[in-house]
Amino acid sequence: MKKTLFDKVWDAHVVESIPNGPSVLYIDKHLIHEVTSPQAFSELEERGLKVFRTERIVATADHNTPTKDQHLPIKDDMSRRQIEQLTENCEKNGITFYGLGHPYNGIVHVIAPELGITQPGMTIVCGDSHTSTHGAFGTIAFGIGTSQVAQVFASQCLLIEKPKKLRVNVNGTLKKGVTPKDVILYIIAQLGTNSGTGYFCEYAGNVFEEMTMEGRMTVCNMSIEMGARGGLIAPDQTTYDYIEGREFAPKGEAFEAKKKYWDSLKTDEGAEFDKEYHIDAAEIAPMITYGTNPGMGIRITDNIPHSDDASAEKALAYMGFTGKETLLGQPINYVFIGSCTNSRIEDFRQVADYIKGKTKAGNITALIVPGSQQVVRQIAAEGLEKIFTDAGFEIREPGCSACLAMNEDKIPPGEYCVSTSNRNFEGRQGPGARTILASPLTAAAIAIEGKIIDYTQNLN
Amino acid sequence: MEKFVSYTDTVVPLDIENVDTDQIIPARFLKSTDKAGFGDNLFRDWRYDKAGNPVPDFNLNKDIYKGTILVAGDNFGCGSSREHAAWALAGYGFKVIVSSYFADIFKGNSLNNGLLPIQVSPEFLKKLFEEVTRDPATAVQVDLEEQKITFIGGSEHFDIDPYKRLCLLNGYDDMDFLVSRLDAITEFEKKHAQL
Repeated sequence: MKKTLFDKVWDAHVVESIPNGPSVLYIDKHLIHEVTSPQAFSELEERGLKVFRTERIVATADHNTPTKDQHLPIKDDMSRRQIEQLTENCEKNGITFYGLGHPYNGIVHVIAPELGITQPGMTIVCGDSHTSTHGAFGTIAFGIGTSQVAQVFASQCLLIEKPKKLRVNVNGTLKKGVTPKDVILYIIAQLGTNSGTGYFCEYAGNVFEEMTMEGRMTVCNMSIEMGARGGLIAPDQTTYDYIEGREFAPKGEAFEAKKKYWDSLKTDEGAEFDKEYHIDAAEIAPMITYGTNPGMGIRITDNIPHSDDASAEKALAYMGFTGKETLLGQPINYVFIGSCTNSRIEDFRQVADYIKGKTKAGNITALIVPGSQQVVRQIAAEGLEKIFTDAGFEIREPGCSACLAMNEDKIPPGEYCVSTSNRNFEGRQGPGARTILASPLTAAAIAIEGKIIDYTQNLN
Repeated sequence: MEKFVSYTDTVVPLDIENVDTDQIIPARFLKSTDKAGFGDNLFRDWRYDKAGNPVPDFNLNKDIYKGTILVAGDNFGCGSSREHAAWALAGYGFKVIVSSYFADIFKGNSLNNGLLPIQVSPEFLKKLFEEVTRDPATAVQVDLEEQKITFIGGSEHFDIDPYKRLCLLNGYDDMDFLVSRLDAITEFEKKHAQL
């Protein structure tokens, strides 16, 4: 029987299946953070259970951490308590923890790949829906709730129905200035926010084959924004080159042996999917969103579509748009470049390349929040720091920051923020804040102009 | 977990599509390290204004809607994996959520907290919204054994994973099952290590 990449990884992790019911799926790596783990540890204690496989868990602090003065005690009592609780829980259970100030600290979906923890063919879970990011390596990676975090603690497994399979093919040549973020925003705008519910999505075609690992992570990261529990891209030489030499990657002969196995994971020719879409790369342009879900996206040069639907009207009213208008020329005061979608070194290289020698517009507050301490060091080593500060951008310490605004990094009510994050939900970046999702390149260009522009005309 | 067999109550209608988990419980309320108290901030930014006063137009604040069955628009619970959304709904007192579509992670989180998500046809949902608008005292009956949802305007069979249905009917959860399989899991690990 011909198998897809998803089938192969899934089958290799099924411990047993309940007849007419879910399977017991073995989990290779369990990533945890301060917000969705405390109640899981408590549940374990209440039930008198122990952590079953401590060596398969890695913890970081990211969702609720300040991005300023991380060397000082956290001011907010509840935030501090959450980090203290995670520290205690990790110590008590012998779990590796990369806390604030640790050279490996950062956003969970940035650090695991860059440390070589994420490897093809694995199953990876985390109490965070953007765990789909790791699918860029050909892993089955998905977000889980806290009850499931407790289940993985206790058994290293989950009871789960096998999802259906979806494939999105993008072939052709991307236009100049079109980035991986635009590709995924275009896909979500075309297919809708719940088109992937119940599915795992494989991304295939030359556009993904030619993407860097950072780009593939951006794409897989937003799979959940079309409802798909996870996304996957077949591992290839680009994947192996990225992994080789990283801290926790297999070395020498072990690496060569793994590569042979990883090579066998590709979807077989003729394997069947439950649903399949084909997109022409030439149709994709730089994208922005105009509403309050990531599916409400348009090409930056398009007009907002008109809709009589009550939910769409509610979204437009929240955003302060009327419908049918263009967003070009719309004044913007806030730009956020960060989050697990776009805070890797490649994102900042792209931003630096565009803004070098330019200065941000006077009305703009532009925040750069690197995804990890490692990215912070890379930014410094490559001399990007000076480019950002010279342009008037503010560089912060790593964390989830204004993507979900759990910490102090909030956008004021009513203000527009062009953000490289993944969700434009009402109040996502602070009560009343209006989020416009875009790529790092688009965000950089808007920071320079102080309004929404089509920057492709400025590209060489 | 408590057993769930059948249930009858009036409803709170929330005729909005794509209600995401950030609306159900905004991120700034996720700082607690236990499961209690999230119900107070359920739909916080729709339910209260900036000064903290109840928004009179929001259905949860209307005296006519006091039921424990939430009826919501398509694609309810999309977005973040935060189980806090299920804790907030259950903490507020909801037992059942009816929609024409649920996001995956939210659905699983609800079931793990004894909160039953019932997916109905768009036509059934529309009729239910209309009936509740006409008569806020409309009662909805949920029979999990028969997998049937009924109100004065109609009745519909609903699907639920057979295993999850058994769990709810008997008050088991996934944790009980998984922990009973640790020997099989240990055996699997020996083979898995060679990959």
